Amino acid sequence: MSATSPVSAVRPDITTLAVGDVIGTRSVVVDRARLVRYAGASGDFNPIHWNDTVAESVGLPGVIAHGMFTMGAAVALVEDWAGDPGAVVDYQTRFTRPVAVPNPGEAVVEVSAAIGAIDLEARTVRVDLTVTFEGARVLGKSQAVVAL
Amino acid sequence: MTTSSVNLDFVGREYPANAPYSVGREKIREFAAAVGSTHPAHHSVDSARGLGYPDLIAPPTFAVIVAQRAEAQYIEDPAARVDFTRVVHADERFVHHRPIHAGDELVTVLTVASITERSGLAMVTTRCDIYALDAVSAATELVSTVTSTLAVRGEGL
Repeated sequence: MSATSPVSAVRPDITTLAVGDVIGTRSVVVDRARLVRYAGASGDFNPIHWNDTVAESVGLPGVIAHGMFTMGAAVALVEDWAGDPGAVVDYQTRFTRPVAVPNPGEAVVEVSAAIGAIDLEARTVRVDLTVTFEGARVLGKSQAVVAL
Repeated sequence: MTTSSVNLDFVGREYPANAPYSVGREKIREFAAAVGSTHPAHHSVDSARGLGYPDLIAPPTFAVIVAQRAEAQYIEDPAARVDFTRVVHADERFVHHRPIHAGDELVTVLTVASITERSGLAMVTTRCDIYALDAVSAATELVSTVTSTLAVRGEGL
Protein backbone atom coordinates (compact mmCIF):
# COMPACT_ATOMS: atom_id res chain seq x y z
CA MET A 1 0.00 0.00 0.00
CA SER A 2 1.06 3.54 -0.63
CA ALA A 3 2.26 5.27 2.51
CA THR A 4 1.78 8.67 0.93
CA SER A 5 -2.02 8.61 0.91
CA PRO A 6 -3.20 11.80 2.58
CA VAL A 7 -5.24 10.96 5.64
CA SER A 8 -6.62 13.64 7.89
CA ALA A 9 -5.34 13.20 11.41
CA VAL A 10 -8.17 15.31 12.79
CA ARG A 11 -11.89 14.72 12.44
CA PRO A 12 -13.86 17.37 10.55
CA ASP A 13 -15.59 19.91 12.80
CA ILE A 14 -19.32 19.61 12.07
CA THR A 15 -19.97 23.20 13.15
CA THR A 16 -17.73 24.57 10.38
CA LEU A 17 -19.36 22.60 7.55
CA ALA A 18 -21.99 23.94 5.14
CA VAL A 19 -24.31 22.17 2.74
CA GLY A 20 -22.71 22.22 -0.69
CA ASP A 21 -19.11 22.13 0.56
CA VAL A 22 -17.05 19.86 -1.67
CA ILE A 23 -14.99 17.59 0.56
CA GLY A 24 -12.86 16.10 -2.20
CA THR A 25 -12.51 14.58 -5.62
CA ARG A 26 -10.74 11.46 -6.83
CA SER A 27 -10.11 9.56 -10.06
CA VAL A 28 -10.45 5.77 -9.88
CA VAL A 29 -8.52 3.95 -12.61
CA VAL A 30 -10.01 0.56 -13.48
CA ASP A 31 -8.37 -2.07 -15.64
CA ARG A 32 -9.03 -5.79 -16.08
CA ALA A 33 -6.45 -6.70 -13.43
CA ARG A 34 -8.31 -4.51 -10.94
CA LEU A 35 -11.56 -6.39 -11.66
CA VAL A 36 -9.90 -9.77 -11.22
CA ARG A 37 -8.45 -8.56 -7.95
CA TYR A 38 -11.86 -7.32 -6.75
CA ALA A 39 -13.48 -10.60 -7.82
CA GLY A 40 -11.04 -12.53 -5.68
CA ALA A 41 -11.28 -10.19 -2.71
CA SER A 42 -15.09 -10.05 -2.75
CA GLY A 43 -15.93 -13.55 -3.90
CA ASP A 44 -18.04 -12.20 -6.78
CA PHE A 45 -16.93 -14.34 -9.73
CA ASN A 46 -19.77 -13.45 -12.11
CA PRO A 47 -18.08 -13.91 -15.54
CA ILE A 48 -19.53 -10.65 -16.94
CA HIS A 49 -16.75 -9.01 -14.92
CA TRP A 50 -13.88 -10.92 -16.55
CA ASN A 51 -15.08 -12.81 -19.65
CA ASP A 52 -15.95 -10.81 -22.80
CA THR A 53 -17.68 -13.74 -24.47
CA VAL A 54 -20.10 -14.16 -21.59
CA ALA A 55 -20.60 -10.39 -21.22
CA GLU A 56 -21.43 -9.98 -24.92
CA SER A 57 -23.75 -13.00 -24.85
CA VAL A 58 -25.99 -11.19 -22.34
CA GLY A 59 -26.06 -7.98 -24.38
CA LEU A 60 -23.25 -6.00 -22.72
CA PRO A 61 -20.62 -4.17 -24.78
CA GLY A 62 -17.97 -6.31 -23.08
CA VAL A 63 -16.65 -6.83 -19.56
CA ILE A 64 -18.06 -4.32 -17.06
CA ALA A 65 -16.86 -3.37 -13.59
CA HIS A 66 -18.66 -4.82 -10.56
CA GLY A 67 -21.14 -2.19 -9.37
CA MET A 68 -19.99 -3.09 -5.87
CA PHE A 69 -16.39 -2.30 -6.86
CA THR A 70 -17.39 1.19 -7.97
CA MET A 71 -19.47 1.67 -4.82
CA GLY A 72 -16.57 0.52 -2.62
CA ALA A 73 -13.95 2.59 -4.45
CA ALA A 74 -16.05 5.77 -4.33
CA VAL A 75 -16.46 5.79 -0.55
CA ALA A 76 -12.71 5.63 0.19
CA LEU A 77 -12.66 9.39 -0.33
CA VAL A 78 -15.24 9.81 2.45
CA GLU A 79 -13.35 7.47 4.80
CA ASP A 80 -10.19 9.53 4.44
CA TRP A 81 -12.02 12.83 4.90
CA ALA A 82 -13.80 11.51 8.02
CA GLY A 83 -10.46 10.48 9.54
CA ASP A 84 -12.12 7.26 10.75
CA PRO A 85 -13.64 4.71 8.34
CA GLY A 86 -15.87 3.51 11.17
CA ALA A 87 -17.64 6.88 11.10
CA VAL A 88 -19.42 5.86 7.86
CA VAL A 89 -22.59 4.51 9.47
CA ASP A 90 -24.85 4.33 6.40
CA TYR A 91 -23.98 4.08 2.72
CA GLN A 92 -26.34 3.52 -0.17
CA THR A 93 -26.39 3.75 -3.92
CA ARG A 94 -28.31 2.87 -7.06
CA PHE A 95 -26.50 1.39 -10.01
CA THR A 96 -27.61 3.44 -13.00
CA ARG A 97 -25.11 2.69 -15.77
CA PRO A 98 -22.37 0.10 -16.30
CA VAL A 99 -18.65 0.95 -16.46
CA ALA A 100 -17.20 -0.83 -19.52
CA VAL A 101 -13.56 -1.75 -18.95
CA PRO A 102 -11.51 -2.14 -22.14
CA ASN A 103 -8.79 -4.71 -22.80
CA PRO A 104 -6.12 -3.52 -23.10
CA GLY A 105 -6.57 -0.14 -21.49
CA GLU A 106 -8.40 1.35 -18.57
CA ALA A 107 -11.59 3.11 -17.57
CA VAL A 108 -11.38 6.23 -15.42
CA VAL A 109 -14.24 6.84 -12.97
CA GLU A 110 -14.47 10.34 -11.50
CA VAL A 111 -15.68 10.76 -7.91
CA SER A 112 -16.73 14.01 -6.28
CA ALA A 113 -18.17 14.30 -2.78
CA ALA A 114 -20.10 17.19 -1.24
CA ILE A 115 -22.02 17.83 1.95
CA GLY A 116 -25.70 17.13 1.24
CA ALA A 117 -27.21 17.61 4.71
CA ILE A 118 -26.10 18.39 8.25
CA ASP A 119 -27.85 17.18 11.41
CA LEU A 120 -26.28 19.00 14.36
CA GLU A 121 -28.49 17.19 16.88
CA ALA A 122 -27.56 13.70 15.68
CA ARG A 123 -24.02 14.92 14.86
CA THR A 124 -24.15 13.37 11.43
CA VAL A 125 -23.63 14.70 7.93
CA ARG A 126 -24.86 13.23 4.68
CA VAL A 127 -22.20 13.19 2.00
CA ASP A 128 -23.53 13.03 -1.56
CA LEU A 129 -21.26 11.32 -4.07
CA THR A 130 -21.25 12.15 -7.76
CA VAL A 131 -19.68 9.26 -9.64
CA THR A 132 -19.28 9.53 -13.40
CA PHE A 133 -17.76 7.62 -16.29
CA GLU A 134 -17.37 9.20 -19.73
CA GLY A 135 -19.36 12.18 -18.46
CA ALA A 136 -22.44 10.20 -17.34
CA ARG A 137 -23.45 9.19 -13.83
CA VAL A 138 -22.89 5.51 -13.03
CA LEU A 139 -24.19 5.69 -9.46
CA GLY A 140 -27.44 7.37 -8.45
CA LYS A 141 -28.56 8.60 -5.03
CA SER A 142 -25.11 7.69 -3.74
CA GLN A 143 -25.15 8.88 -0.14
CA ALA A 144 -22.95 8.21 2.87
CA VAL A 145 -23.95 9.23 6.39
CA VAL A 146 -20.93 10.10 8.53
CA ALA A 147 -21.02 10.41 12.34
CA LEU A 148 -18.90 13.34 13.50
CA MET B 1 -47.69 -8.60 -21.61
CA THR B 2 -44.47 -10.23 -20.51
CA THR B 3 -44.09 -11.46 -16.97
CA SER B 4 -41.08 -12.32 -14.92
CA SER B 5 -40.63 -15.94 -13.93
CA VAL B 6 -39.58 -15.03 -10.37
CA ASN B 7 -41.52 -17.05 -7.78
CA LEU B 8 -43.62 -14.62 -5.75
CA ASP B 9 -44.24 -17.21 -3.03
CA PHE B 10 -40.83 -16.35 -1.54
CA VAL B 11 -41.86 -12.86 -0.38
CA GLY B 12 -41.47 -12.59 3.39
CA ARG B 13 -39.43 -15.75 3.69
CA GLU B 14 -36.86 -15.62 6.49
CA TYR B 15 -33.94 -18.04 6.55
CA PRO B 16 -32.36 -19.31 9.76
CA ALA B 17 -28.98 -17.81 10.73
CA ASN B 18 -26.30 -19.27 8.45
CA ALA B 19 -22.87 -20.71 9.30
CA PRO B 20 -20.53 -18.16 10.92
CA TYR B 21 -18.18 -16.07 8.79
CA SER B 22 -14.84 -15.46 10.54
CA VAL B 23 -13.47 -12.00 9.77
CA GLY B 24 -9.70 -12.17 9.28
CA ARG B 25 -7.12 -9.39 9.22
CA GLU B 26 -5.70 -10.46 5.87
CA LYS B 27 -9.17 -10.55 4.29
CA ILE B 28 -9.80 -6.99 5.47
CA ARG B 29 -6.43 -5.89 4.08
CA GLU B 30 -7.08 -7.72 0.79
CA PHE B 31 -10.56 -6.23 0.34
CA ALA B 32 -9.43 -2.73 1.32
CA ALA B 33 -6.55 -2.90 -1.17
CA ALA B 34 -8.90 -4.15 -3.91
CA VAL B 35 -11.23 -1.13 -3.58
CA GLY B 36 -8.41 1.34 -2.90
CA SER B 37 -9.27 2.03 0.75
CA THR B 38 -5.87 3.10 2.02
CA HIS B 39 -6.95 4.38 5.44
CA PRO B 40 -4.52 2.84 7.99
CA ALA B 41 -7.38 1.53 10.17
CA HIS B 42 -7.83 -1.20 7.52
CA HIS B 43 -4.15 -2.09 7.42
CA SER B 44 -2.43 -1.30 10.72
CA VAL B 45 -3.64 -2.84 13.97
CA ASP B 46 -1.94 -0.05 15.93
CA SER B 47 -3.79 2.56 13.87
CA ALA B 48 -7.17 0.83 14.36
CA ARG B 49 -6.54 0.55 18.12
CA GLY B 50 -5.53 4.20 18.16
CA LEU B 51 -9.05 5.00 16.98
CA GLY B 52 -10.50 2.88 19.77
CA TYR B 53 -11.25 -0.33 17.85
CA PRO B 54 -10.18 -3.76 19.09
CA ASP B 55 -8.58 -4.73 15.74
CA LEU B 56 -8.50 -3.80 12.03
CA ILE B 57 -11.89 -2.48 10.90
CA ALA B 58 -13.53 -3.39 7.61
CA PRO B 59 -14.29 -0.86 4.84
CA PRO B 60 -17.96 0.24 4.58
CA THR B 61 -18.81 -2.21 1.77
CA PHE B 62 -16.91 -5.24 3.15
CA ALA B 63 -20.20 -6.62 4.48
CA VAL B 64 -21.17 -7.49 0.90
CA ILE B 65 -18.95 -10.57 1.23
CA VAL B 66 -20.98 -11.75 4.20
CA ALA B 67 -24.32 -10.74 2.68
CA GLN B 68 -23.69 -12.48 -0.65
CA ARG B 69 -23.15 -15.80 1.11
CA ALA B 70 -26.51 -15.46 2.80
CA GLU B 71 -28.29 -14.24 -0.34
CA ALA B 72 -27.07 -17.32 -2.20
CA GLN B 73 -29.43 -19.42 -0.07
CA TYR B 74 -32.30 -17.73 -1.89
CA ILE B 75 -30.87 -16.81 -5.29
CA GLU B 76 -29.39 -20.26 -5.94
CA ASP B 77 -32.58 -22.06 -4.93
CA PRO B 78 -34.07 -23.31 -8.25
CA ALA B 79 -37.56 -22.94 -6.76
CA ALA B 80 -36.99 -19.16 -6.43
CA ARG B 81 -36.68 -18.99 -10.25
CA VAL B 82 -34.18 -16.09 -10.23
CA ASP B 83 -32.46 -16.47 -13.62
CA PHE B 84 -29.01 -15.08 -12.97
CA THR B 85 -28.28 -14.45 -16.65
CA ARG B 86 -31.16 -11.95 -16.62
CA VAL B 87 -30.21 -10.13 -13.42
CA VAL B 88 -28.70 -6.70 -12.89
CA HIS B 89 -27.86 -5.17 -9.53
CA ALA B 90 -30.24 -2.24 -8.98
CA ASP B 91 -29.28 -0.86 -5.57
CA GLU B 92 -27.43 -1.59 -2.35
CA ARG B 93 -27.45 -0.12 1.15
CA PHE B 94 -25.31 -0.74 4.23
CA VAL B 95 -26.36 0.40 7.68
CA HIS B 96 -23.63 -0.13 10.26
CA HIS B 97 -24.41 -0.15 13.97
CA ARG B 98 -20.70 -0.55 14.59
CA PRO B 99 -17.79 -1.30 12.23
CA ILE B 100 -17.05 -4.95 11.48
CA HIS B 101 -13.61 -5.79 12.83
CA ALA B 102 -11.08 -8.60 12.54
CA GLY B 103 -11.96 -11.37 14.95
CA ASP B 104 -15.72 -11.01 14.48
CA GLU B 105 -17.72 -14.20 14.02
CA LEU B 106 -20.71 -13.15 11.94
CA VAL B 107 -23.97 -14.94 11.25
CA THR B 108 -26.61 -13.60 8.89
CA VAL B 109 -30.37 -13.81 8.87
CA LEU B 110 -31.67 -13.40 5.33
CA THR B 111 -35.17 -12.12 4.55
CA VAL B 112 -36.76 -11.82 1.12
CA ALA B 113 -38.20 -8.38 1.84
CA SER B 114 -40.19 -7.74 -1.34
CA ILE B 115 -40.71 -8.72 -4.95
CA THR B 116 -42.49 -6.20 -7.13
CA GLU B 117 -43.29 -6.71 -10.80
CA ARG B 118 -43.61 -3.99 -13.37
CA SER B 119 -43.81 -4.53 -17.12
CA GLY B 120 -42.04 -7.86 -16.96
CA LEU B 121 -39.27 -6.56 -14.71
CA ALA B 122 -39.12 -8.06 -11.22
CA MET B 123 -37.46 -6.02 -8.48
CA VAL B 124 -36.28 -8.44 -5.79
CA THR B 125 -35.20 -6.91 -2.49
CA THR B 126 -33.37 -8.92 0.16
CA ARG B 127 -32.34 -7.86 3.66
CA CYS B 128 -29.40 -9.36 5.53
CA ASP B 129 -29.22 -8.74 9.26
CA ILE B 130 -25.64 -9.50 10.29
CA TYR B 131 -24.96 -10.40 13.92
CA ALA B 132 -21.69 -10.85 15.78
CA LEU B 133 -21.52 -13.88 18.04
CA ASP B 134 -19.91 -13.65 21.46
CA ALA B 135 -18.26 -17.03 21.97
CA VAL B 136 -18.17 -16.62 25.74
CA SER B 137 -21.67 -15.38 26.49
CA ALA B 138 -23.32 -16.85 23.34
CA ALA B 139 -25.00 -13.45 22.96
CA THR B 140 -25.56 -11.87 19.55
CA GLU B 141 -25.18 -8.21 18.61
CA LEU B 142 -26.67 -6.66 15.46
CA VAL B 143 -23.69 -5.21 13.60
CA SER B 144 -24.89 -4.38 10.08
CA THR B 145 -27.95 -4.50 7.88
CA VAL B 146 -27.42 -4.93 4.13
CA THR B 147 -30.33 -4.28 1.76
CA SER B 148 -29.92 -5.27 -1.87
CA THR B 149 -32.24 -5.05 -4.86
CA LEU B 150 -31.84 -7.10 -8.03
CA ALA B 151 -33.72 -6.32 -11.24
CA VAL B 152 -34.67 -9.51 -13.07
CA ARG B 153 -35.73 -9.15 -16.71
CA GLY B 154 -38.62 -11.30 -17.84
CA GLU B 155 -38.61 -13.40 -21.01
CA GLY B 156 -38.71 -11.23 -24.11
CA LEU B 157 -37.15 -8.18 -22.45
